[in-house]
Amino acid sequence: MNTICIMCPMGCPLTVEEVGGEIKVSGNTCKRGETYGRDEFSHPKRAITTLVKLSGGGVASVKTSGSVPKEKIFDVIHFIGTIVAPDDVKIGDTVSQNVFGLGVDVVITGRK
Amino acid sequence: MNYDCIVIGGGVIGTAVLDRLAAYELNVLLLEKEDDVASFTTRANSGIVHAGYDCDPDTAKARFNVRGNELLWQDAGELDVPCLKCGSIVVARADQLDKLKELQAKGERNGVETRILDRQQTLEIEPNVADEIEYSLYAPSAGIVSPYQLAIAYADRAVLNGAKIELCSPVTAINRSGGLYSVRTDKAEYTAKIVINCAGANGAQVNDLAGAEHFETTYRRGDYFVIDNTERKNVSTVIFPLPTAAGKGILVAPTADGNVIYGPTAVDTTDSNDTATSLDSLDSVRKNVPLSYKKAAFNKCIRVYAGLRTLIGHDFVIKESDVLHNFIMAIGICSPGLSSAPAIAEYIQKIVVGKLSAVPKQKVKRVMTKHLRLMEIDEKCLNDLIERDSAWGRIVCRCEKVTEAEIVEAIHSPLPATTVDAVKRRTRAGMGRCQGGFCGPRVMEIISRELGIPLDEVKKGGGASIARYKVKEVE
Amino acid sequence: MRTMQFDVAIIGGGPAGMAAALSARKAGASVVILERDVRLGGILNQCIHQGFGLHYFGEEMTGPEYADRFRKMVEAEDITVLLESMVLSLGKDKSVTVLSPTYGLCKIQARAIVLAMGCRERTAGAIALAGSRPAGIYTAGMAQKICNIDGYLVGKEVVILGSGDIGLIMARRMTTEGAKVKLVLELMPYSSGLKRNIVQCLDDYGIPIKYSHTVTRVEGSPALSGIYYAPVGADRKPVLEKEEFVPCDTLLLSVGLIPENDLLSGLDVEMSRITQGAVVDENRMTSINGVFSCGNVLHVHDLVDNVSEEAEIAGKAAAEYARNITRTNVEYVSVSATDGVRYALPQRVSKGEGKVRVFFRVGDVYKNCKLVAECGGKQVFSKKFMVLAPGEMGSFEIDRSALDGDMVVRLER
Repeated sequence: MNTICIMCPMGCPLTVEEVGGEIKVSGNTCKRGETYGRDEFSHPKRAITTLVKLSGGGVASVKTSGSVPKEKIFDVIHFIGTIVAPDDVKIGDTVSQNVFGLGVDVVITGRK
Repeated sequence: MNYDCIVIGGGVIGTAVLDRLAAYELNVLLLEKEDDVASFTTRANSGIVHAGYDCDPDTAKARFNVRGNELLWQDAGELDVPCLKCGSIVVARADQLDKLKELQAKGERNGVETRILDRQQTLEIEPNVADEIEYSLYAPSAGIVSPYQLAIAYADRAVLNGAKIELCSPVTAINRSGGLYSVRTDKAEYTAKIVINCAGANGAQVNDLAGAEHFETTYRRGDYFVIDNTERKNVSTVIFPLPTAAGKGILVAPTADGNVIYGPTAVDTTDSNDTATSLDSLDSVRKNVPLSYKKAAFNKCIRVYAGLRTLIGHDFVIKESDVLHNFIMAIGICSPGLSSAPAIAEYIQKIVVGKLSAVPKQKVKRVMTKHLRLMEIDEKCLNDLIERDSAWGRIVCRCEKVTEAEIVEAIHSPLPATTVDAVKRRTRAGMGRCQGGFCGPRVMEIISRELGIPLDEVKKGGGASIARYKVKEVE
Repeated sequence: MRTMQFDVAIIGGGPAGMAAALSARKAGASVVILERDVRLGGILNQCIHQGFGLHYFGEEMTGPEYADRFRKMVEAEDITVLLESMVLSLGKDKSVTVLSPTYGLCKIQARAIVLAMGCRERTAGAIALAGSRPAGIYTAGMAQKICNIDGYLVGKEVVILGSGDIGLIMARRMTTEGAKVKLVLELMPYSSGLKRNIVQCLDDYGIPIKYSHTVTRVEGSPALSGIYYAPVGADRKPVLEKEEFVPCDTLLLSVGLIPENDLLSGLDVEMSRITQGAVVDENRMTSINGVFSCGNVLHVHDLVDNVSEEAEIAGKAAAEYARNITRTNVEYVSVSATDGVRYALPQRVSKGEGKVRVFFRVGDVYKNCKLVAECGGKQVFSKKFMVLAPGEMGSFEIDRSALDGDMVVRLER
């Protein structure tokens, strides 16, 4: 896998490979880059921010309370798209719990 | 529906004609293909009220320009349209004095007062002419006007005086039988005794639809830069280079809205819709402006645009058709079309009134109620307004300081503004340096609220929405 | 006209204004925030992505959450907040003319003013974008507002010009809401955005970015139907023979932010041609005594956390000025930038005791370089960097006692 390290503005081009059951990172210039490359290779995760519909017709912004595996991003976003939250939700309210058993909730972050 | 007169085209010519006819006991209708008047050439030109010295003597251009100049200042005053009689200069280097004299002689034949100024006198009129400029031809009767606001004001007054305007109504067929015209659009059919073709860039097509004289049309595109209003203080008058065969050349001028424009270029084209600016044309503006003006500030550009001049031969075509009775043409209108508009309207009014023996209406609205603009209202008056309507205290467009009240007023004006661009042309909301980046969504919201339509049905102008797809419902 | 009096008037209720208000209040001043929107928070309210607060609050937050945290702190204090209140003009006597639907045209007489109006985006007009003028061309921030606040997408097939952070963030937002982002074009050979946004907003979704490319013209009427683009030469002018077409219904622009200092036109404030903000001292005081500036109206920041910190400095200093406890007749040394450093801020520092933090940005991507600050030929700071990029703001601290002459900040390569 090829990626760019985001730990500092240097942006080292990383190559990550599995050689004989061991993950090898190359292209990095520091230790942080190696850790980053290893994580991105074995279990890349991202927190998701998007919108939910409100019962009154508007939208509110939401986040997942933690990161989800990268390959699940669109599944989770699609699921969040089906939620219709009550019109009186406030920042911090949870509108869905433990999405797909991934251990993250959908939490309101803002609204008009 | 039956009308005495149908005007085709809602540019400054068509609206000026409609406005004049609405003052008579006549049943008049204007058909415009776009969603607002002033949507094509009228919204994209130099906004100059020309003095009339450079038209070839004994042409329709010369006649209508000189008379139009007189009428326009009067109309703009009655209609509360932003304008300024700031004069104009044609600038020349030391070796070009002869050319100025030729131009002055033309002006004399047209009955236009001009003066040749030396460098010192020129600097008193315009301190920022280029260093190489030694002479200028000064025309005190020239100036600037907001072309789209003029057309909109004509339309508004016409509507108040009983005329009808149908927007989004492109004419698809014109037939004549039993001494009456039937004019069809994609929505309806109307009849009229007289048809007046003011269709601008589409003038020749409308002639063809009706079976009137066929004209070959060419177009000349002009690209412009609009410069931030902070540069307005550097320009006192309209600065022209010497004219060429292609036109009056690349000018520097203040605009009635408080900006400065540089342009237009002259790019020949056969496409009646070619209003896209091009890199090389814009570059030629960049090269030419410094030749006459020394404070060129292209880094303060807030917008570029292009407009078309429509050319049929060398002169305007303003007359009744030789082959179709009661079919009047005002086509082939290029520069100085804006300056000539009131005179063309006056001329056509006389023809129509004569033909139909029309009498003036008993009661006609002439002086339009002044549009209140936030920055022109005194404190006491403003606070009274806010007391009655808090929208006067709510600024929507921060660059041009336009309040919600002004926008609501535009939406409910005699000819209602129903799009973001239509609101912009009437109020200046979105015309400033952020170009609607901040106020655009707010203007959309106000239109949506006032017209009772969802946000995704609010159009920019020309039929295209801005907020196009509801999130979470995107396929 | 109604007149209200305050020690400190803060113009703008975004992150800078709120932090300045809190610190001014804490320093004992009576404070008013003048905010033109219907709520506090400024542009943070539409930045629903994460990446805020890690530095300031020690936790990863979204924009609206960061704004909400500050809003609650402001509400808990005795701070007057005037919403929907647009400042029309500033007087040299620190009078502020305000228009509001509630109070009408009114006047705030302050002893000190903090400018916190933020910045605006460069537009298609500002870059003289050639072609037609259809619906479908917007600044990234406007599309962000219409999406995140109003709940609508401006289009489905998107090209983005410029790789500023808002553009990158919007590439991801549009993609995750169902649009196809076809291409990002960047005039420069590098991005002006943060590295993490390149990776997490573009690479994660397979969105290509072409460096040293620009849009040459746009096509379509009344709606955008596509754009032409081309590589640029060393002079950054497009090589038109290599022009290519991409059909799209949306072109988003992320081509720079400009501090929104229009209000200063009537005042004689010394301005920086580089930052397009005021020239300030270490208290963020401008060339007019008692007028302070902070946040993106002073210089465009990379992180909101830095805005909050800078605003606290300005707010506290404004309160002290208003309460007459500011030193007068101070002696300044100037701070200038050269050799690869685009600017350093503050541009002047008063002589005295204590430390002062100097912020800087570089003008290009520099690897293995050394940042040096010198005072009268004497080195007062130096640090080696493996890389410095224009997109990230750097800073270093110096001892004011070491400043015995004008300071120059430069890069050694």
